[in-house]
Amino acid sequence: MIRHDYSRVDPKRRANLDYKKRQWANAEFQQQNYEHRLNLYVVPPTAEITLEEFETWAINRLKVLSELEACSFRNRSPEETAEFMKGILDKYLPLRSASSKSQKLQDERRKDHYSHFILRLAFSSTEDLRRRFSRLETMLFRLRFKDDDLRERQEFVRSLNLEWDEVKEDEKRELREELLAASGQKKGEEQEWFKVDWERVPELVEQRKVLLKRGKAYVPQREQMSLVVAEFTKKLDDALELTARALPRLDEDDRLAPILAHLSQSFTAPDAAYSSSDANIDGLSTISANSIDTLSQNFPLCMRNLHTTLRENSHLKHYGRLQYTLFLKGIGLSLDECLVFWRRSFKLMTDDKFQKEYKYNVRHAYGDVGGDANRRGRGYTPYSCQKLLTEPLPGPGQAHGCPYRTFTPDNLTSILQRVGVNDRDVLKSVKEDVGKQRYHVACNRVFEWSHKREIKKVKDDGSWGANDLDTITHPNTYFKRSWLLKHLGEGNAGLVNGSGGGEKMEE
Amino acid sequence: MPHSVTPESTPADDSSRTISQAGSIKSEPDTQDVAMEDAPTPPVAEKSKINLEELFDDEDSDDEFPSSAPVLKEEELSQPAPLKISSRSAFSDPEIMRAFYQRLFPFRQLFQWLNHSATPSPHFAHREFAFTLPNDAYLRYQSFPTSDLLRKQCIQMLPSRFEIGPMYSTNPRDRKTLRKASAFKPVMKELVFDIDMTDYDDIRTCCTGASICLNCWSFITMAIKTIDIALREDFGFKHILWVYSGRRGAHAWVCDKRAREMDDQKRRSIAGYLELLKGGDQGGKKVNARRPLHPHLERSLKILKEHFQTSILAEQDPWASEEKSVQLLNLLPDPTLKAALQKKWDSSPSRPSAAKWADIDALAKSGALSKTPRDLLEAKQDIILEYTYPRLDAEVSKKLNHLLKSPFVVHPGTGRVCVPIDTRKVEEFDPLSVPTVTQLLTEIDDWEGEEGEKKLQDWEKTSLKPYVDYFRRFVAGLLEEEKPVLKREREDGADAMEF
Repeated sequence: MIRHDYSRVDPKRRANLDYKKRQWANAEFQQQNYEHRLNLYVVPPTAEITLEEFETWAINRLKVLSELEACSFRNRSPEETAEFMKGILDKYLPLRSASSKSQKLQDERRKDHYSHFILRLAFSSTEDLRRRFSRLETMLFRLRFKDDDLRERQEFVRSLNLEWDEVKEDEKRELREELLAASGQKKGEEQEWFKVDWERVPELVEQRKVLLKRGKAYVPQREQMSLVVAEFTKKLDDALELTARALPRLDEDDRLAPILAHLSQSFTAPDAAYSSSDANIDGLSTISANSIDTLSQNFPLCMRNLHTTLRENSHLKHYGRLQYTLFLKGIGLSLDECLVFWRRSFKLMTDDKFQKEYKYNVRHAYGDVGGDANRRGRGYTPYSCQKLLTEPLPGPGQAHGCPYRTFTPDNLTSILQRVGVNDRDVLKSVKEDVGKQRYHVACNRVFEWSHKREIKKVKDDGSWGANDLDTITHPNTYFKRSWLLKHLGEGNAGLVNGSGGGEKMEE
Repeated sequence: MPHSVTPESTPADDSSRTISQAGSIKSEPDTQDVAMEDAPTPPVAEKSKINLEELFDDEDSDDEFPSSAPVLKEEELSQPAPLKISSRSAFSDPEIMRAFYQRLFPFRQLFQWLNHSATPSPHFAHREFAFTLPNDAYLRYQSFPTSDLLRKQCIQMLPSRFEIGPMYSTNPRDRKTLRKASAFKPVMKELVFDIDMTDYDDIRTCCTGASICLNCWSFITMAIKTIDIALREDFGFKHILWVYSGRRGAHAWVCDKRAREMDDQKRRSIAGYLELLKGGDQGGKKVNARRPLHPHLERSLKILKEHFQTSILAEQDPWASEEKSVQLLNLLPDPTLKAALQKKWDSSPSRPSAAKWADIDALAKSGALSKTPRDLLEAKQDIILEYTYPRLDAEVSKKLNHLLKSPFVVHPGTGRVCVPIDTRKVEEFDPLSVPTVTQLLTEIDDWEGEEGEKKLQDWEKTSLKPYVDYFRRFVAGLLEEEKPVLKREREDGADAMEF
C-alpha cells in the first residue's frame, strides 16, 4: 500500500519490535482470513491492492454511507432504512453470510475491510468529519448486525471476548419482577441477562430499557446489540483519533493524498441545505421589524407558531427565540432590525431586563459577539428541517421545534385550520403523514395545497423548473418560495432561476 | 438609603467596571443609567473614604476568617452597622456583599469540596469560576490556586454571585497562551441537576412567576425525593449535595468520582433516564409511560402518590374552575367516561379537584366506561406522574461544561443564601426561613460571646452555622472516599502495628 522506502526498518528485523507491532510482522503481504461476516476493524489490512481498487472500493463504501445519511435526514424508520439500504448494499458492498459458501465470500469481506480503512484515512482529519464518519459507520454496523443470522452473530459476539457477568439463577429469581418490568417483557419469556457497568450501555439507560441497581445495568440477551455497537463505536472513535495523529506521515505519498482529499470533499456537510442566497429575494424590499407581521403569512408552520406564541405571550423561551432569530436572520432581517423586533415584541419587559438578558443572545446568533469562530462564521446557520426534527422535544412552556412533530394530531389540525388550511382531504393526509412520522412530507403537502394555483401557473408557463419546486427541507426555503409564488404578478416571475441554481438542495 | 453609603459604593463600582471592560465578553457599554446615578455624589467625601477603605482591605486579607468579637478594628468596621441592617438596603449593596464575603462565606469548605484533598491540586486550580459583577458584566474563565485567592478576588470585585464550571485540562486563565486550542478542554465536573419552579407554571395555582409559597415548594420536595433515591439506588452515587437555589428551585451536585468523570453522552443518558415529561404546551398528554412501568417509575409513583393526594388535590386544586377541568378531561382516554364526567361537572362546575378525581372512579364503576379498567388505571397513573414527577431543566445536566451557581452565594433578588438541603429532613426544609444576608450580618452584631471562650468564626455565630456544618460533614465524607487507596491502606496498617 505504501511505496517502498529505504529509510524504513528492515522488514526482517521487525519481528523483534514491540509486541504491539507484531501484527505487521507476520502479516506482511499476507492475506487475512475473515472468519466472520462482521468486523470490528481492529487490525488494519496489510496486503497489496491496486490504486484503482483503492479508489473504487472507497467510492463504493462512500456511496453506501451517504445513502445511509440521507435516510436519517429523511427521518426514515429503522425498518424503512433497512428496506431501502438492502438494494444499495447488494450493489455496492455485498456481504454474504457464511452459509452461502461462495468463493467470493473472502473477497467481499476483504473489500469491506479495506474500504473501511481507506475511508478512515480520508475522514480522520477534522473533528467534524470524524464524528460524522463514526456515526455513519456505526449505523452501517448496526444495520448489518441486525440482519446477520442468529448463529453467526452469536459466534461473532463470542469471538469478541467482552467481559460480561452473567446474572446467576438465584439473583434472577430474586429480581425477576423488576427485570421483566424494566425490559418490557411478558412473563414466561425467560432469557439470559448480563450484568455490566451502566456506563457501557448509555443508550439503553437513556431509554429506560434496563434495570439499574447500584450502578450495574442488567441487560437482557436481546439487547446485546446495544453493547456490541457501543463497543464498536468506542473502538472506532479511539482509532480515528490515532489515525488523525498519524495522518501527516502520509504527506510523503503523492498518490494517495489526492484521492483521499477528493473523497473527503465529496462528503459534503449536511448544513449545505441552507445557502445565503436564500436571503436575497428579488422584489422583496429590505425587511424591517415592522414588516414581520405581514410577512408571517408566508412563514412555514414552525415559524408561524413561534410568531403567534410570541404575540400571545409577549415572550418566547430560549430555544424558541434562537430558532426564530436564526430564521429571521435567514430571511434577511438585519441585526439592528432584529433587536428592534424583539424589543417591541417583549412588551411587558423593562428595557433594562431586555438589555441585560436578551440582547446578547440575539447578537450572538448574528455573530456580532462571542468567540472568534462564532464571529468569523457570522453566528449560527438557520436551522434546517432536519435539525428541527432531530432535536429533543420541547418541554412545558416551550414552543420551538416542528409542530408536525410536537403537536398532538388534534392540536395540529386546529392550528392548521387557524392558518387557513380547511380542505378536509389535506388535513386527513397530513394526519396520516404525521402518523408515519413523515413530518416534512406533511409540511410540503400543506405548502403545495396553499400555493396550488401559483404552482400550477408557473408549471404551465414553464417559468419554474423542477429544481425550483423540489421538496422543501428548510424553513427559509419555504418562506422564499412562498413569498415568490404569492408575488408572481409583480414582475419578478422567473427570477428565482437566477438564484435557484445556487441554492441547490442536498438530496 | 443613608447618605453615607453612596460614596463608599462608588469606588467599588468603578473598579469593577474597569475590569469588566478589560476582560468580559460584554464589551458594549450598557452603563449609561448607572453612570447617571453616580454623577451627583460629592467628590470630596469620596476621596477621603477611599483611603480609609484601602487601609482596611489590606489588613483584612492577612487573617483568613476575621472575627469581630475581640478585635478593635472590627468594632470600627461594624460602626456603620445600622446601614447594613436596615431592611430596606438592597441585598447586593457593596458594603453588604463585602461583609458577606469577608465574614460569612465558607471559602475553606468550598475549596476542600472542589479540591478533593487538603493540599491545593489542579482539581481546584484548573476549575472555572464565573463572576457576575455588580454592573451585571459576566466574567468567565476565572481560576484560583487556593481558597484565599478566591476569597481575595471576591472581596475585591464583590460579585453578586458566582458560578462553578468544570475543571479544565489546563489552567483556564492560560487558555489563550496555548499553542493549540484543542489542548484546552473540560475534563471533569460534578453531575448537576437544576429544578426550577418555572417549569411547573402550567400546573401550579398558588403563585406565579418568581414568587413561591410553602404549597408550591412541595413540588421541589417531591422532585428532590424522587431524583435523590434514583441517583443513589439505581446509579449507586453516594455523595449528592442538594442546594437551595435562593429563590424558587434547587440544584443537585453529584460529587462521586465516577459521576465527575462522565462525558457528555453519559450525562445525557442519565438525564434521559430521569426525564419523563415530553412535549410542549400543544403536545397534549405529557406522560405516556410504557407498561409495565420501569422499576424507577414504579418506585417514583409510589413516592409521589401520597403527595398527589395532599399537595396536588388538596393544596393546588388544579381542576377547580370550569376551564381547568377541561385539562383533566383531555388527559382521559375514554370518550364515554369523558362525556359522563362533563355532564356531571356541568351541573356543579366548581367541585374541588379531589371530588372530581374521585368522580372518575365513581362514574367508571357505575358503568360509564368503554375501555378496560386497566386502561383507566394507567391513564390515572400517567396523570399523577404528569402533575408530580420532577421537571428537570435537562440541558444543564447534559453538558460537561455547563456552569452552575455555587452553593452559599447570595441570591441577588431575595438576599437568601443558597444553603444546602439535608435530604434526610427534606420535608422540613422551608425556603422562606432560609436566612438572608442582612439577617446574618445582624446576627453577628447581636452575638454576645462569653469571655475566654474559644475564638469563634463569624459564621458560627449565625443561623448559617447548621448549614455550614452540614456542608462540612458532606465534604468530609467525600474526602474520606477520595483518599488515595494506598494511603488509606498504610493508615490502616499503622493502626495495627501501633507500638
